[in-house]
Amino acid sequence: MDNLIIAGRSFSSRLMAGTGKFASHQLMAAALTASGSEIVTVALRRVDIDRPDDELLAHVDRDKYLLLPNTSGARDAEEAVRLARLARAAGCEPWIKLEVTPDPYYLLPDPIETLKAAEILVKEGFVVLPYINADPVLAKHLQEAGTATVMPLGAPIGTNKGVRTRDSIAIIIEQAIVPVVVDAGLGAPSHAAEAMEMGADAVLVNTALAVAADPARMAAAFAKGVEAGREAYLAGLGAVRQQADASSPLTGFLRDES
Amino acid sequence: MSQLTVNGKPLVLALPATVLDLLNHLAFDSSKVAIELNGTIVPLACFDATELNRNDRLEIVCFVGGG
Repeated sequence: MDNLIIAGRSFSSRLMAGTGKFASHQLMAAALTASGSEIVTVALRRVDIDRPDDELLAHVDRDKYLLLPNTSGARDAEEAVRLARLARAAGCEPWIKLEVTPDPYYLLPDPIETLKAAEILVKEGFVVLPYINADPVLAKHLQEAGTATVMPLGAPIGTNKGVRTRDSIAIIIEQAIVPVVVDAGLGAPSHAAEAMEMGADAVLVNTALAVAADPARMAAAFAKGVEAGREAYLAGLGAVRQQADASSPLTGFLRDES
Repeated sequence: MSQLTVNGKPLVLALPATVLDLLNHLAFDSSKVAIELNGTIVPLACFDATELNRNDRLEIVCFVGGG
């Protein structure tokens, strides 16, 4: 079995799915099923005290999926730690996707505050999965702080641009001692396959599924992309060359050599 | 009747009341939310035993879709 192991826990799927931005809870639930994901991210927000109605968790089977709450909305370490503690109090296992994004325009993660929050949360017993820019030095610091993974971005959240940080992610993968999850910016199954071919351990996708005309179908397509990429990585890709290298024999041509 | 602040908005509630009473009043399922009372998390097991006081500030949060 080629399972993904995070913090000693084994997962057969290497595709993690987000639950945001879907047009309905029903479409979201169908996409989760089709994705085959076992790890599903959620966010924490104030309840609307005037509308105690349609509730996300009614549509996410807690026996089937590990809920991975994120700290989205946090602008610094203090806010992220607060959200993580609240998520645990809300009945989640102490797994947290740590994200600290002070800039609302590009939503790029703050490396200093992320590291600060990671150090605190690891000490408090959280399994910390930090969302980071594709910075190999930061990835090392986080691993040394005891995070369970690192989650470098392919491109800014929701941009669907693909693995624009490819060279840096390759360095992170080369040096990693924990699973590398490429998160954010993956807009097509080919992007997910690319990340997996490079040796990423998993990918996390949300927007690409949520905004598809048929989210469940797109989720199934991503699952295939992830699987194909992983298989290719394990099979061993050929080296990239500059000069042609014939696939057909270079002998026995129907001509007389002069 | 006493005034509380819940998620930044004023709310009037008859005291004495507990955190659980407030959730019932608002029709929220207590197992699906997390609560901060004056900046300190109240564990689910303590909702029923935690009395509210005039001018308390509460945050009630729940899970929503996110990536």
